[in-house]
Order: sequence, then structure tokens, then C-alpha cells
Amino acid sequence: MTLDPHSPGVRAATDWDYAPAPESAAIGRVRDRYQMFVGGSFVDGGGDDLETLNPATAQPLSTVSTASVADVDVAVGHARKAFEGSWSRLSGAERGKYLFRIARSIAERARELAVVETLDNGKPIKESRDVDIPTAAAHFFYHAGWADKLQHAGFGPSPQPLGVVGQVIPWNFPLLMAAWKIAPALAAGNTVVIKPAETTPLSILVLAEILADADLPPGVVNILPGAGDIGKALVQHPGIDKVAFTGSTQVGKQIQRALAGTGRRLTLELGGKAANIVFDDAPIDQAVEGIVNGIFFNQGHVCCAGSRLLVQESVADEVVAKLQERISTLRLGDPMDKNTDIGAINSAEQLSRVTALAATGEDEGAVRWTSPCPVPDRGFFFPPTVFTNVSQSMRIAREEIFGPVLSVLTFRTPDEAVAKANNTPYGLSAGVWTEKGSRILGVASALRAGVVWANTFNRFDPTAAFGGYKESGFGREGGRSGLAAYLNTDDEGI
Amino acid sequence: MSVSPTLPAHLRPALLADAAADESSLRRFLQGLPGVDPVGVESRAAALATRSIKSTAKLRAIDLAISMVDLTTLEGSDTPGKVRTLAAKARRPDPGFPDTPTVAAVCVYPDMVAVAAAELAGTGVGIASVATAFPSGRSSLEVKLADTALAIEAGATEIDMVIDRGAFLAGNYGKVFDEIRAIKAACGSTRLKVILETGELATYDNVRRASFLAMLAGGDFIKTSTGKIAPAATLPVIHVMLQAVHDWYALTGDRVAVKPAGGIRNTKDALRYLVAVREVAGPEWLDPFLFRFGASSLLNDLLMQRRTQTDGHYSGPNYVTVD
Repeated sequence: MTLDPHSPGVRAATDWDYAPAPESAAIGRVRDRYQMFVGGSFVDGGGDDLETLNPATAQPLSTVSTASVADVDVAVGHARKAFEGSWSRLSGAERGKYLFRIARSIAERARELAVVETLDNGKPIKESRDVDIPTAAAHFFYHAGWADKLQHAGFGPSPQPLGVVGQVIPWNFPLLMAAWKIAPALAAGNTVVIKPAETTPLSILVLAEILADADLPPGVVNILPGAGDIGKALVQHPGIDKVAFTGSTQVGKQIQRALAGTGRRLTLELGGKAANIVFDDAPIDQAVEGIVNGIFFNQGHVCCAGSRLLVQESVADEVVAKLQERISTLRLGDPMDKNTDIGAINSAEQLSRVTALAATGEDEGAVRWTSPCPVPDRGFFFPPTVFTNVSQSMRIAREEIFGPVLSVLTFRTPDEAVAKANNTPYGLSAGVWTEKGSRILGVASALRAGVVWANTFNRFDPTAAFGGYKESGFGREGGRSGLAAYLNTDDEGI
Repeated sequence: MSVSPTLPAHLRPALLADAAADESSLRRFLQGLPGVDPVGVESRAAALATRSIKSTAKLRAIDLAISMVDLTTLEGSDTPGKVRTLAAKARRPDPGFPDTPTVAAVCVYPDMVAVAAAELAGTGVGIASVATAFPSGRSSLEVKLADTALAIEAGATEIDMVIDRGAFLAGNYGKVFDEIRAIKAACGSTRLKVILETGELATYDNVRRASFLAMLAGGDFIKTSTGKIAPAATLPVIHVMLQAVHDWYALTGDRVAVKPAGGIRNTKDALRYLVAVREVAGPEWLDPFLFRFGASSLLNDLLMQRRTQTDGHYSGPNYVTVD
């Protein structure tokens, strides 16, 4: 390398790029086969074995025994026995000890869990390492603290657990969603039957090892891998007192229909089509970061993703140009590489869904821009994509794509921004970018969205309630109101 | 040079000359720059700091970093002997490994320039001199110009000036601008580094404004710090400055250089700066003409890490020369 510090260099010969920095797959200790976790034991289920793939290679990763409908019955029975036997009678302090123990174990096995998550889900290792696993541990730590303080949570002097909770979680944050669901349920004194997503069953089965090692009483948490039919059998099981579901709005509606009139409790965290609103007085460079994080974090497989960028017309060209420049620097590829920013789409099915929806954008007249990043020739990958000239009526502006595809719309006034942002059946999240504090407060209160981020996006914390308006669902997860979803706060419970 | 449409109309070159037309235009221009959100810039800097630089990329980065060092001694206790040993180190950083690149420059006070110049003639190593009543800048323009002239006459190839932070914080942007202009005129073809002393500017908004002010006034480099004030260079501050030179290039087609100084002591830190250079300003800035490290102890850590990469094991501080 001969660069003269005193005259401009010749760049082409001296570019410096990062060498591959792969995390070791061996750290994940992925086994050939995993079993269900029911009644405190690892057992084979009555369903057919399921092969789970590594989406980055499309090669088989492991085999998982799945539940049959009969197994659901057995698991609910174990959960009922555990609820009535020991768990609901334990003092809050004792339940808290278990939760603290689980939280510590997740932190201790964080590296292993991050590798398992990345291999099974396809998300970049830097995200599973820096976001998913630490936040999952944080949810257990946070709720462990609540376990012995429920009578001070503002729900009356003696709030009671609901009983057996049936939970169904998605594939986008497998371990984190498990933590969001299990931790508050246990802190409040409930027992759990939970079904992970079909394509991402592994990390929760490692969590099962952690639960077993923590000597959690048998039946307090039961984990049933399986497909949609098992989820359906679980949420409709008459032995369940409460259902918590995170997934698509379509399935959420089916669940709500099925539970109507049963008296069973339900919380739903469903889809979204969040607006990220950038005003002309925004901190532009950080807004660009926030837009990138809003839609490309976890390949856009985020229900609260900022999939609609609403940018004020006066800065639209500047923001879009800076955005495209920034997106071009994102590194797409091997999720196990520590320098990868965008990993693999979770499944072939999801990839074809994203591909098909993105195609409608072009058909309907939007202008498509795709990052020039190289795309691996195996596995399921979709390069970051931005549509401009998008109008409110296009499918890419209305439907949840659940992939790395951003639709850019413009507005002229704050009222127009709010009207466009709210013009969706969804209402999970939104973002506001402006240096003007009064505008943040005014716009945030006018937005019909459960979470509004100001000058940031996609920040998650167990102390903050998360949940939707309208067809994004109801009920909250995290914070005090998230706890309420697992407690009988009616008068008769006091 | 085609002008990128990425900046708003009030920043386009036709209006740039007007921006510095008078004090109030300058104020409107600088205060009209988009704000910097501290939480956002700090989290971006922290995220980029997790980049993993291994094997060949690491060795290459170490060599690049060595070639970017402005090897510095700015002490009241500096003597000709100290400066001569510094110059020897600059010329041949690691005598055990003759393929080690030379550093970019040495950086000394004006009265030591002649000593350094005598040692470094014909080596390709530059002689940077601080000037303009460094480090506080609290003197008259006449004294600052004389200080600059003294350094250049003694053989300085680069001048590191300080801005008048008092005037900047008081909002007298015109005074700061005029001083930079005057020093730049006195420098002629000698490259001028403009030290913003970001630790005294306090906010990222100010860092961005001062960066644009220095570039408007013709500075060849924007430099973070004197090294005499804490905090000196930090990753978020360098992010703001790298973004500023990137935007300036989009606006004018000119690449302004950047120099963090102070507080960068080890290879790990230096690699984080290079990652920021690559991803914020762009790979074109990975060039000692466009990026420097103002440092003293950093060089030895780079040399030790270089030996680790080439030998396959760690050695120790006694295997590299103290100065």
C-alpha cells in the first residue's frame, strides 16, 4: 500500500473491506433431534416429525417432534394440575426466584441461544446477539421483579392469576416472543401451554432446557411444537382460561370468532403498516438511520416495522437520496457473519409472499429501487427495496409485506401526515421525526397507534407497554398494563 | 462535477458564496443546517463500533492507520532531542519490520519545526505545526498570522490552527470565518487543518455548524481537538464530522479531510474510526491524504498489533521503541 499522505491517492487499488467474521455454528450445539417439553419432561409428540431449515442455506438444520391434537389435551391437563397444585399457591417471592433463575440462565447461555436463533431464523447474528437474547433475558428479569409486588401494581389489594394460558407465537423473534409471553404469565401466577412457529422451534426448546435446569415445577410451562392445526386446537381448548396470540390479523380474527361467547380472555398482537413520519425540520441523518432501522431491522419481519415512510415534500428528494445511499452500504449475506446487516428471509413461503407483493408495486405504477448489494445464490434472500411514487391506494401502501420493502409517500402539512398515517386498518406503531417538541406531542396524540416513537424507531423495553389499535389487536405486553393481561383485575378477584 | 440533489436548495453551491456574504447570512446558513439528534448519532456510532475486523482486513487496516498517524508531541517540555527521536520514529516506526509504512507527519510546536524539518527532509513524512496561539487561540489575528508564518518559514508542510471558540459560542461566526480565511491565505499551498475543539463546542449541532463554517472558509481539514481539552475525539463527534465532509462533497465536489485527535490510544479504537470513515464518509476517505489520526501512544499499539498479525503471537511493549 503506497498512499501519499500529501497528495490525493488513487482509490481503486487501496479499498479496504472487512474479511469474513463468522460466528462459530458449533456454539449453538444444535442437536439432530428435539422433543416437546410437557409436564416437565422432554417427550415425543404424536405428530409427524418436522424438519426445520437454516434459511440462509435452505439446508435441513434439525428435526423436531411435534404435537398431535391429543397432546394438546395432555399438555393442558399438566398445566391445570401445575396451576392448581403448586404454582398458584407459591408466594410471589418464590415465583420471582424461578424467574430470576431463568433470566440468569438465558444471559449465561446468551451466545449459544444467539447462534441457535440465527441458524433457525436467518436473522443476523449481531441482532440475535445484541437485541433478541438480551431483551428476552430483560423480560424475565423485569417480570421477576413484579412477582412479589402484584398487590402494589394498582390492580387492587390481591389480584389473582387467570389459570392456564394458551399462547401462540410467531417466527420473527422466536425466543423474544416466548419471553414476552411466558414471563408475565408466570409472574402473575398462571401456567402456560405455548406453541412456537413451525419454522422456528429450536430456541424455545433450548429455553425448555433452561426451565428444566431451573427446576421449574413440572407442567408450569409446556411447549408444543407444531403447525397451525395445533395452534388452533390449543386456543380453542376448553381447559384454557386465556389466549395470547401474536401473528397475522387473519388468524387473529379467526381466534376471536372462535372464542366469542366462551368467556375466555384474549389478547391479540397482530399485523401493522406503520407510518414513519419525517418532517422537514427533522434531524435528517438520524431520521435516515431510523428509517433504515424501522424497515430493515430483522429483514422487515417486524409487525411494528416502519413500512410506510411519510416524508414532507420539501425534503423528500433529499431524504430519499440519502436513504438510498445509506441502504447501499447495508451488508446482506451470511447471517452468521458478525458484519452482516441483513440476513435471510425466514422461509421460502415468506420469500415468495414478499416477492409477489413487491411485484404489485411495479404493476401499480410505483418506482422500484433495489439496493445494489450482492445477493447470495443459495438460501432465501431479498435485497432491500424502496418504492417511491407510492400512492395511498396501492397494495404496497396498504398491505403488510413483512419483508425488507419500504413504500415512500409524501405529505405537505402535519394534518395530511396524520390523516395518511391513520388511513390504515392497522394501528400498531408509528414514528415521528422533528426537532420541534410541540409537534412531536401534537402528532403523537393524533396518531391511532399503540406505540409512537419520536426521533427513534423499533426500540423495545420490557417496562414499556406494546400493543395495537384497530386490527393490530388489543391488550398490551410489557410494563404494568402488560401484567394486567395475565391477572384477574375484576372486582370479584379482589 | 455534477451536483448531487441530496441537499436542500439553500445549500446549493450558487448560494454557498452568498452564505458567507455577511454575518447574518452566515448565521442563517449555519443555523439552517439540519439538527443532529444526539441519541441517534450515539447509537449509530455504538452500532458501527461492533463491526468485527479480522485477519487480512485487520492487518491492512493497521498499515492504513499507521500511514495516517500524525505523530505528535505538544508539550512545554519538548526539546530538540525529543523532536529528533520523534522524527526518527516517524521515518522508521518499527526498525525490526522495514516494510512498516511511515507515518503521515509529525506534529510539533512552531519553534520545533526547524528541528523536525532537518530530520525529515526527503523522507516523505510531513511536518505539521500547530499555530494561531495554540491551544486556546486567545490572541490577536496579528499574532496568529505571525505564528503561522513562523511555522511555514521554518519548513512546516501543514498548519493546524485553532478556531476562536469564544467567538463561535458567542455567535460571532463572521469573526471565526474571517480568521480561518486569513490564516488560509497566509498558508498559501500549505494544507490547513482547522481545529474545532469539539469538547468546548458542547453540542453535536455546534460540531456540524463549525464543520461547515471551516469548510466554507476554505479549510483543507477539519480536526476535532487540540488534545488539551477533555473530551477530545469521540466516535459520535467524528460521525458528525464525517457526515459533514460527505455532504460537502455532494454539494461542491471537493473532498475535505478529517482528523480526530486526542484520546485514540489503541488499535481497537483506530479500527472503529476507520469503520466510521468507510461507512459514513465513504471508502474514498480511507487515504492518509483525507484522514489522519492525531496521536502519540497510538502508534506503538498499532506496531505491537502489527507484529501480532505477522508473527502470530503477542510480543510486548519492550519490543517497540518508546519514541
